[in-house]
Amino acid sequence: MSERVGTQGLLFNEPLLWERGSRGRSGMSLPRADVEPAPVDEDLVGNGPDIPDLSEPEVVRHYTRLSQWNFGIDSNMYPLGSCTMKYNPKTNEKQAARPGFAGAHPLLPSELSQGALQLMAELEQYLAEITGLDAATLQPAAGAQGELTGMLIMHAWFKHHDDRRSKIIVPDTAHGTNPASAALCGYRAVPAASGPDGILETAVIDRLMDDETAGIMITNPNTLGFFEENIKAIAQIVHRHDGLVYCDGANMNALMGIVDLAAAGVDILHLNLHKTFSTPHGGGGPGSGPVLVRKKLEPFLPVPRVVPDGKGWRLSDDFPLSIGKIHAFQGNFGVMVKAYSYIRSMGADLKRASQLAVLNANYLKERLKGVLHLPYDRPCMHECVFTDALQQPYGITTLDMAKRLMDYGFHPPTVYFPLVVKDALMMEPTETESRDDIDRFVEALEAVAKEAVESPELLREAPHVCKTERLDETEAARNPRLTG
Amino acid sequence: MRYLPHTDDDISTMLRVTGADSINDFFAVVPEELRRPSGMALPDALTEWELNDLMAALSNADTGATDFLSFVGAGSYDHHIPETVPFLAGRSEFATSYTPYQPELSQGTLQAMYEYQTLLARLTGMEIANASMYDGASALAEAILMALRITKKNTVALSTAVHPFYRQVVRTYVEPTGCSVLELPVLESGRTDLLTLASSADSAVAALQSPNFFGCMEDLPTAARIMHDQGGLLAASFTEPVAFGLYRPPGDDGADVACGEGQSLGIPRSFGGPGVGIFCTRSRYVRSMPGRLVGKTRDQSGKRGFVLTLATREQHIRRERATSNICTNSSLCALSSAVYLASLGGSGLRRLARLNYDKTEYLKRNLSEAGWTMPFTSPTFNEFVARIPGDAEEAHRGLREKGILAGVPLGRWYPDLRDCLLLCVTETATREDMDRLVSEVRS
Ligand SMILES: Cc1ncc(COP(=O)(O)O)c(C=O)c1O
Repeated sequence: MSERVGTQGLLFNEPLLWERGSRGRSGMSLPRADVEPAPVDEDLVGNGPDIPDLSEPEVVRHYTRLSQWNFGIDSNMYPLGSCTMKYNPKTNEKQAARPGFAGAHPLLPSELSQGALQLMAELEQYLAEITGLDAATLQPAAGAQGELTGMLIMHAWFKHHDDRRSKIIVPDTAHGTNPASAALCGYRAVPAASGPDGILETAVIDRLMDDETAGIMITNPNTLGFFEENIKAIAQIVHRHDGLVYCDGANMNALMGIVDLAAAGVDILHLNLHKTFSTPHGGGGPGSGPVLVRKKLEPFLPVPRVVPDGKGWRLSDDFPLSIGKIHAFQGNFGVMVKAYSYIRSMGADLKRASQLAVLNANYLKERLKGVLHLPYDRPCMHECVFTDALQQPYGITTLDMAKRLMDYGFHPPTVYFPLVVKDALMMEPTETESRDDIDRFVEALEAVAKEAVESPELLREAPHVCKTERLDETEAARNPRLTG
Repeated sequence: MRYLPHTDDDISTMLRVTGADSINDFFAVVPEELRRPSGMALPDALTEWELNDLMAALSNADTGATDFLSFVGAGSYDHHIPETVPFLAGRSEFATSYTPYQPELSQGTLQAMYEYQTLLARLTGMEIANASMYDGASALAEAILMALRITKKNTVALSTAVHPFYRQVVRTYVEPTGCSVLELPVLESGRTDLLTLASSADSAVAALQSPNFFGCMEDLPTAARIMHDQGGLLAASFTEPVAFGLYRPPGDDGADVACGEGQSLGIPRSFGGPGVGIFCTRSRYVRSMPGRLVGKTRDQSGKRGFVLTLATREQHIRRERATSNICTNSSLCALSSAVYLASLGGSGLRRLARLNYDKTEYLKRNLSEAGWTMPFTSPTFNEFVARIPGDAEEAHRGLREKGILAGVPLGRWYPDLRDCLLLCVTETATREDMDRLVSEVRS
């Protein structure tokens, strides 16, 4: 075995922000007062917030130390399934920070913001080309808001056709945001069970779909990492009942340049720019969840939309059937700049990225087969799902293995998701991991599996080299302490 | 391509292990008719240096961002951002991590979010805060949905002095609930008409913004009293949290939810996003509130640590019965705002807010002397409405020719204010900048 990547180094203890500092310090230079003080309405004046005063070096040290307790994709492989933790190119950050982009006010007259508008218009075109659909909105701020936008478009479509529908089919392999987004739109989620191969069967949808049902929310590739092979036949059933097909395209990283989702019968689709298109996840956002639609649904997209205007572009609200606004302004433009930079840097290599993402997942699956239990032994797309069934006889769980992997210097896979697989470990290596790094990850898991047999307490007490030992999540929920 | 590590050798070795002949074998499951017949019609890949040229040209076309003296606010503000903010938030351990599902490897993000929750609760005068929402508009929409759930009532009172775009987002979000939205008019003072609120009875929630879209401070204590007498909630929205360095925060005035946009706190305008949606409320609503929460706990050895908590409200466990569908939020921007507040400190925030106020009053005074009038009498912060002799759009265009963006004309949203501009002044405007605007107005 090669040298373990996880090791120990010097980490610093660091108190809470307000345990530092001293009244009267300042970490920010303020412009000088070049006007006279004006009288203030004393009835409205407050005492000012209780926020500690720190000098600039203290602020820098505080957050530098905190950052060292964190694990990022720049640290090592981060095979968190369903999250597409690929490398985040550094040039993208530079592009988004350019004064013409970062300094642009959202209400600038269109003649003075042609660069931003052109970038948005082109990004919409690229995403349409990549997915095969016809029109796009970039306004949703994340995947789940894209789903909500898609559901609102469905809702508006049926309302426009005087057709009231109360239900929507959501497979058991769907991400939890899908049923929650449908519910926000007043739809009752009708669960559909996936078949023995981990994909949806046409007959199941045929039985569930009726004229009361708005359609289906289908994730493709699904959360087991499988391509929904029957998607076209399923779409035909849904369309026969005048329903609509929503595709959760957060897993598009498997399909770029390979599959035409319009040909698959998809009417509405969202993408996660913070997954497939390389923008950093920032410890939980900001993201961007563009929604793409077929031509007939274009009038329902959120406003404002970027439209051509003579030689240039402008924002238009003139779409009477639109669902309205979903974001205060145009969406997370700063994230769009990064995704645009990525697409322009990759060009046709986007297809290669998908191919290599799928190769990496299949390679990882093949290498780990036997180390961990593989509930569905068939070719996968961008991710693969294992369980702890081989370790359970030794009293070792998915969680124990996840925590022990940290000691080896890897971020654990997604655990206990998808719910259709009991005690799942869901792994998505992405295309930016090299064979060597995947091999090291496999070696780490082999070592962990061996320890599960030989010294299980090492796993049960893991992690051993992180900033903290295993944290008590039950206590946190029982007695929530959310502020200090 | 420099992001893709695979050599031909790697690929053949890996294929051998999987037993596949080619990568295409993995896609055998994709039916022929779903495959793309040809490649994607995308521009050719650029080198890093070509990308720089392209992006320089595109961003330079946004002349409004760089070449004008701007007095535009209206929900997005120009404040100085200390270099420490992008530097620290840009540290890749923060920037390239996912939502902190594995707390032992994410204590940096988690402690920073716990601190953010605390700072924001203190700033707004509330008891608790979540770890962020998408933006101020969706934060308000989610506050209203929360109030509908808590009160089981079916009417929402929405002030017309709430940012017009926020009201549009609220309408989009509440449309499927079938609840009715009562719009509250604005008085001569520039404040919301609370008599209409009092006489409307039985609303789940009153949604006010303070400072409101016109920059005016609302009478939140009265609004809170009216709502609490009716068994409803008061949601206080805001787009400019720097105001709470000077004025009493919504929590002190009886608001049940304080929600708004935190872009002012160290985040660039970026053509409208990403910013950070702030959501603060009372402890008693903790189980009804949307969004991720970070809580304090201990590890096995008794050491302090932080975890995501109360996930049973959330969609991965509750699915369709979740309090919200939000998953990815705006974590890195929340971190930026925490670094900003830490840099400024409580004393700095007070001074900064006062500076913003004094400068705004300076411009108001001088524009009044130059012949513009201020139609609203209520105290303001940073922003104010100016009525100008003649057509506002035309005057705005005229000043633009002179290199000045004189706020935004209000006629688009308020036909009665067709002859008015909404102007904004922050600490970034110098006295000379303001004098330049005033002298153009005089001429
Ligand atoms: C398949 C799938 N759909 C939807 C989402 C939700 O996206 P977001 O977190 O951006 O809201 C995710 C990610 O969490 C996902 O993996």
